[in-house]
Amino acid sequence: MATASKKRRPAISAAQWITLLIVAAFVIVPFYTTALGGFKEIGELRVNPFGLPASWDPVRFTEILGGPRYFSSLGNSLLIAGGTVVLSTLVASMTAFALAHIKFFGSKFILGYLMLGLLFPAATGILPLFIKMRDLGMLDSHWGIITVQVAFSVSFSVLLFHNFFKELPKELIDAARMDNCGYVRIYWYVTLPLCLPIIATVGVFNFVGSWNSFLLPLIVLNSEAKYTWPLGIMQFQGQYGSDWPRILAFLTLSIMPAIAFFLLAQRYVISGLTGGAVKG
Amino acid sequence: MTSVATGTDMSATTAVRRRRYVDRKSLLPLLLFLPPSLILFTLFVVLPMIDAATFSFFDWNGYGPITDFVGFENYADVITHRNFGTAVRNSLIVVAVSLLIQLPLAMWCAIALAERGTHINLIRVLFFLPYMLAEVAAGLIWKFVYDGNYGLLPAIGGAIGVDMPFVLGDKLWVIPAIMLVITWKYFGFHMMIFIAGLQSIPGEVIEAARLDGVSKWQIVRHIKIPMIRSAIVISVFFAITGALQLFDLIIPLSNGGPSHSSHTIVTFLYQFGILRMKLGFGGAVSVLLFIACVIVALAYRRILFKVEQN
Repeated sequence: MATASKKRRPAISAAQWITLLIVAAFVIVPFYTTALGGFKEIGELRVNPFGLPASWDPVRFTEILGGPRYFSSLGNSLLIAGGTVVLSTLVASMTAFALAHIKFFGSKFILGYLMLGLLFPAATGILPLFIKMRDLGMLDSHWGIITVQVAFSVSFSVLLFHNFFKELPKELIDAARMDNCGYVRIYWYVTLPLCLPIIATVGVFNFVGSWNSFLLPLIVLNSEAKYTWPLGIMQFQGQYGSDWPRILAFLTLSIMPAIAFFLLAQRYVISGLTGGAVKG
Repeated sequence: MTSVATGTDMSATTAVRRRRYVDRKSLLPLLLFLPPSLILFTLFVVLPMIDAATFSFFDWNGYGPITDFVGFENYADVITHRNFGTAVRNSLIVVAVSLLIQLPLAMWCAIALAERGTHINLIRVLFFLPYMLAEVAAGLIWKFVYDGNYGLLPAIGGAIGVDMPFVLGDKLWVIPAIMLVITWKYFGFHMMIFIAGLQSIPGEVIEAARLDGVSKWQIVRHIKIPMIRSAIVISVFFAITGALQLFDLIIPLSNGGPSHSSHTIVTFLYQFGILRMKLGFGGAVSVLLFIACVIVALAYRRILFKVEQN
């Protein structure tokens, strides 16, 4: 009887499907035309914006891959993002560990102080930051960017780690303490191995943030050889004006690593980028 | 007897005292664990903000000692700057469009896509894709779409027989064009937050309502949306703070033009403070932006607190 009355409605109605398809087209079309645009001649773009290219000659792509700029800018970004992730994970997890597991006077105050960074975007102080970096001799260096990005990431990363560490069973830490294990060893051998999911979340968040970052490298870097890929692509666009096929080929090649990374590590990317607000 | 009692009392008080400050064994780990983040955070996040506030009261070019105190002159310069009003207006338009168009679109998609299924997951991932793309890349892709000579827009216009303007070079069209890109770029992010909220609603609640004959849209209005209020509050917060910081997307699209009509607060800061190394002027813009962000953050905390209490 119950099963008879339980006539399942379709999960998604026809009206919803139609809207979803329109939205999907809205999302996909810019990507699609960008990817195909690199194969088209400039005149072809004008007469045939949506269709397949007349020839699949990858000459622009191979030219870019063979040139010096593409790999050096991606390499610079990889170095900076990698350095930022490793250091920010280490720095933030250590601090969060101390604040969550070691009892001492002032721990609440320190947590509150670090959380001040959540009130305002670090970029608001970008001009004085530039002066400070100049005075410290950190301009035009990858280390300068890494250091500052780690500093920018402290508040949010400590928050995520701290929330996670608070949930760990207290008995675990106490048992290790009983065995005369020092806090540093507990941190390294007990806590860190247990928090791989949160490391992945925080790591992806900081990696993508650094990989996509534009304002800070724009202000800090002068030499072209040190440019990250967003700077490289802006410079390339400035140089080739409206030679769109060439620019679109460069764009396609530049966003491909990020898209591949996203498709491979979807789960972590989504939870990382939504700041742990989304689980799974 | 008494001596024993005082003995335990004394050890008890020392233990209390020691616990209150720091236990000797944890001193070393604390000295190892805390300074890196505290130093970096203070040096590169807190001090620059304090410096910005200091600079804002001086006329300084960045070299030598800071001497020329000018009071609130820099603030007056910012507020009366002919493009500052436009920048603030544009930032507020971004907030409004995010709240009134982007979030409802995200909610609509989230409700459809909160169910589980392979196709559904595929669509979700697709919708999230623009969010993970760098702003600069997204800006350039759309600069092409809008390009008046070779882009998609004139082609679409040609197909339906309308002569499309060069939207990014047109004072009237540049803002709506940018808003479309913002919606494209960010709605997937909000959709994911809403989906997470919707999936945390216990299935029995929905099932019970359904058995009682409550219609699908009434379930959405009276059960689903109220139950994911905290997800909505988070989304609104991200939408507002994101709008206030918008920079990377504008530079490749319009670079603040034509004739400075599409600046946001941060591109205004970049154009008139950073590029011209006007520290006092830039400092004043920073402080105003800082105050706006803090007000939003504090208001958000109050709202969130209320939501959690209910």
